[in-house]
Amino acid sequence: MITSKRSTTVLAGAVALSLALAACGGGNDNGSSGNSGAAVTSLTVLDYYNNDPDKALVQKGLDACGTKLGVSIQRETVPGDTLIQKVLQQASSKTLPDVLMLDNPDVQQIAATGALAPLNDLGLNADGVIQGMVDATSYDGKLYGLAPVTNTIALFYNKDMLAEAGVQPPKTWDELKAAAKKLTKPGRYGIAFNANATYEGSWQFLPAMWTNGGDETDLKTPQVAEALQLWVDLVQSGSASKSVINWTQGDAKDQFVAGKAAMMVNGPWQIPALQESPKVKWDVVTFPLNKPDQTPVAPLGGEAWTVPLNKDQAKQQKAADFVKCLNSDENELAWAKARFTLPTKAALLDQYAKEVPSMKAFAEQVKTARSRTGKLGDKWPDAAKVIYQAIQLALTGKASAQDAFKQASGG
Amino acid sequence: MAQATLTRTVAVRRGRGRRGESLTKVLFVLPAALAMGALFGYPVVKNLVMSLQDYGLRTFFTGEAPFIGLKNYSAMVSDQLFSQAMVNTALFTIGSIAFQFGIGLALALFFRRRFPLGGLLRSLLLLPWLLPLIVSSATWRSILEQDNGILNRTLTGLNLIDQPVPWLNSPSVALIAVIGVNIWIGIPFNVTLLYSGLAEIPEELYEAGQLDGATGWRAFTHITWPNLRAVAGVLLMLGVVYTIKVLDIILGLTGGGPANATQTLATQSYERSFVDFKFGEGAALSNLLIALSFVFAIFYLRSTRRAVDE
Repeated sequence: MITSKRSTTVLAGAVALSLALAACGGGNDNGSSGNSGAAVTSLTVLDYYNNDPDKALVQKGLDACGTKLGVSIQRETVPGDTLIQKVLQQASSKTLPDVLMLDNPDVQQIAATGALAPLNDLGLNADGVIQGMVDATSYDGKLYGLAPVTNTIALFYNKDMLAEAGVQPPKTWDELKAAAKKLTKPGRYGIAFNANATYEGSWQFLPAMWTNGGDETDLKTPQVAEALQLWVDLVQSGSASKSVINWTQGDAKDQFVAGKAAMMVNGPWQIPALQESPKVKWDVVTFPLNKPDQTPVAPLGGEAWTVPLNKDQAKQQKAADFVKCLNSDENELAWAKARFTLPTKAALLDQYAKEVPSMKAFAEQVKTARSRTGKLGDKWPDAAKVIYQAIQLALTGKASAQDAFKQASGG
Repeated sequence: MAQATLTRTVAVRRGRGRRGESLTKVLFVLPAALAMGALFGYPVVKNLVMSLQDYGLRTFFTGEAPFIGLKNYSAMVSDQLFSQAMVNTALFTIGSIAFQFGIGLALALFFRRRFPLGGLLRSLLLLPWLLPLIVSSATWRSILEQDNGILNRTLTGLNLIDQPVPWLNSPSVALIAVIGVNIWIGIPFNVTLLYSGLAEIPEELYEAGQLDGATGWRAFTHITWPNLRAVAGVLLMLGVVYTIKVLDIILGLTGGGPANATQTLATQSYERSFVDFKFGEGAALSNLLIALSFVFAIFYLRSTRRAVDE
């Protein structure tokens, strides 16, 4: 899941820099990495599930595995957008936790710094995990993290509004544009999505871009431009608000809940919030295709659990065992059900979709989904930046969809 | 002989006393000097060193930050957004300060007249200053929203505009909107300082001026302004230093968008450091900001020194 709370990031960033600088001064080696041969009795854990209900639900899973392995868990949670800064501080002061949660597109970048232990050497493997997630959590052919659950984005729609307008849930882009137009009336837009100038904006664009055969290794192809044209058409026809260039996914959800948008591109983590307003009757379909013979390809979200390198071998092994426990079939299903996420093991997906019908579209979408860092690895952020800047240029009319990517990449 | 010894001991004692005295002086200065060194000197030096290094994500884990000369600076200058960020920074700073100061001065003069509830109104005026910047920028973001924002609703309701203004959604309007919000935030600071400056001007000057026929505008140009110049100088200098580095308001309102229309040197520096994790390039940009503030500080110090010499 991606969250964007820029304003808090500002302060956190400023604090992080000063702390990080201060930490550079004294590089003494202490904390968890003492070389004691004693039995491991506790593990430190860092993650960003800092709000309930996620916080408590994750705690339950952590405690269960702790009890199973006979260790106590000392857990620290930080807000999502400050996690990397926290990790950087801890890295420079050599106080990284024994078990570290990372958003899946960050795993390769952190692994590239040499901070993480390869999990293959510690007896873990990614057998049965969907390929997209394996790609995200591997670097240089080695596995560095395992994600028990994942998520992706699809198209939510308001059942009552579609029925009232006599519109079927769209399956193709043409249907999507027609439906959005028909559903638009004063005070209401046909569709809400997020096209802001952050990685979140790029993430929302990926279903259209990838499904149409576009690829981040070459963003100047007609397939990518066509996908961008879809966003442009939706905004220019007035079917989507011009404000999408500033909206977050949370804003899109707010518009949808308030009845100001009949459809939205969003992820399953919004379901608990949608359930709080029972008046809004909704359902989800996979993201529409440009041409009927295409397969939907959406981006994979979700967090992976990693083991930072530790001089204390016994502790490192225990941490790896802990990650293994978190990724057991049993735990994957429990977390997926409780938190509206999806298990990452392909074999569990069908069973899960049967048990949780509201997640059916997402379960389908996940099977063919791929990860953001699968092709470019730690170079993904550069491409993501070009993508969101191109979207901004095209939606504000500063460039055509054809020229936007060329202009955004500075060429 | 005895006389000579006596003077010598006195001299020695005096010398010792002087040395003790100077030691005391040094000791008095020492805590402040240490604090300055640790809190101001170290970050500035560290920032300078960092701007000459390849300081990235990896550095935090390995501690290695190879020196790469002026590469960060050449990357900064050759960036396609650099010239736009420079222009935006200049427009943002000049636009903000001109209006903050102008409106602040007008309000300060207005509140100089005593009228019922004047004190209350003046303290209410401080409100924008007391709000946390994150709160004000979030509030303004919803006020300026194109479709449902209260500002567009009001303006269309009063038939002042036909189409809602895309305050934060259009690259050609967003910078103006952001400057507008920054002006709103800066007015209380300007009013407060200018009001206290006005209160310092003796009433007799105006009475004497009145006898010579200096009233209204002439009183302002010949009595008020010359007496307010020192306060105005400090205010403008502080204004430049505060405004040139504004980050939170812009990030909260537009995040530098749409389509980079509100990118300034400060937002670019933030982005390099905390989004791209290229701390070296971020440091280079912030050094440029420090240098620009420094130029204004020197300019201000020189002008006040001249005033003292006169």
